[in-house]
Amino acid sequence: MAHLLYLGLLAACLVGTAPLELFLHVRVYARWRRLLGAVLPVLVLFGAWDLVGSATRTWTYNSAYLLGLRLPGRLPVEELLFFLVVPSCAVLTYEAVRVRRPRWSYGDEADIGPGDDAGDPADGTAPAEVSGTHVRNQP
Amino acid sequence: MTYTVAGVIAVLAALAYDLLLARTRLVRRRAFWTAYAIMLGCQLIVNGVLTGVPVVRYDPRRITGVRLVYAPVEDLMFGFAMVLVTLTTWVLLGRRGAAATRAEALAVQPGRAAAAQPQRDR
Repeated sequence: MAHLLYLGLLAACLVGTAPLELFLHVRVYARWRRLLGAVLPVLVLFGAWDLVGSATRTWTYNSAYLLGLRLPGRLPVEELLFFLVVPSCAVLTYEAVRVRRPRWSYGDEADIGPGDDAGDPADGTAPAEVSGTHVRNQP
Repeated sequence: MTYTVAGVIAVLAALAYDLLLARTRLVRRRAFWTAYAIMLGCQLIVNGVLTGVPVVRYDPRRITGVRLVYAPVEDLMFGFAMVLVTLTTWVLLGRRGAAATRAEALAVQPGRAAAAQPQRDR
């Protein structure tokens, strides 16, 4: 069971943030192309850093708590998952704040345009985005 | 290069990406800091387990030795940079999605659309 510790921690992160998507309707996984666009560069950049740190033995992994699957560079597969899970949790959290505080500014308020984020008019996220736009247009 | 130096460089690079390159200015928004505070709490728990058990061990010669809930302070720099880079790109991509709408508005009333967007919450 100890071998599942790291994997279990990552799973806990996903399970812990799942209600944000399911019940708070943050629509982060629903906008999966935008999510991948934000996460993949982080995976490459910080994954490279991880490889360097691992290769120089700045940090080492205790195989007692790992599945045992190693990627090129002897990086545990859990590390790859870490760079997918943690940035996704970051986006979920940011969008959860937006749902709870729709009048704050987030940097992408006009986010009601066409494309990946146009959203489904039937779901409940449009009001938050629209109200954000509203605020911007006030003097 | 020590983990400490790399951590400081990563934080500075992430700030430059947010403030100068992407101009998303997330670090000047309370929304970002609210989200970061929540994530920091979660990070301290997860990172605490990873470094407390420990699943990950650090070469003591390459870190300052300052720790918070077992995690070396360098991990917090790493985490902050990762969160800021992720959210900057996320917001940037959201702006791109909105570009078509904005261009339409500008075409109708040149100059007006930009003027109608006061800089809030900075």
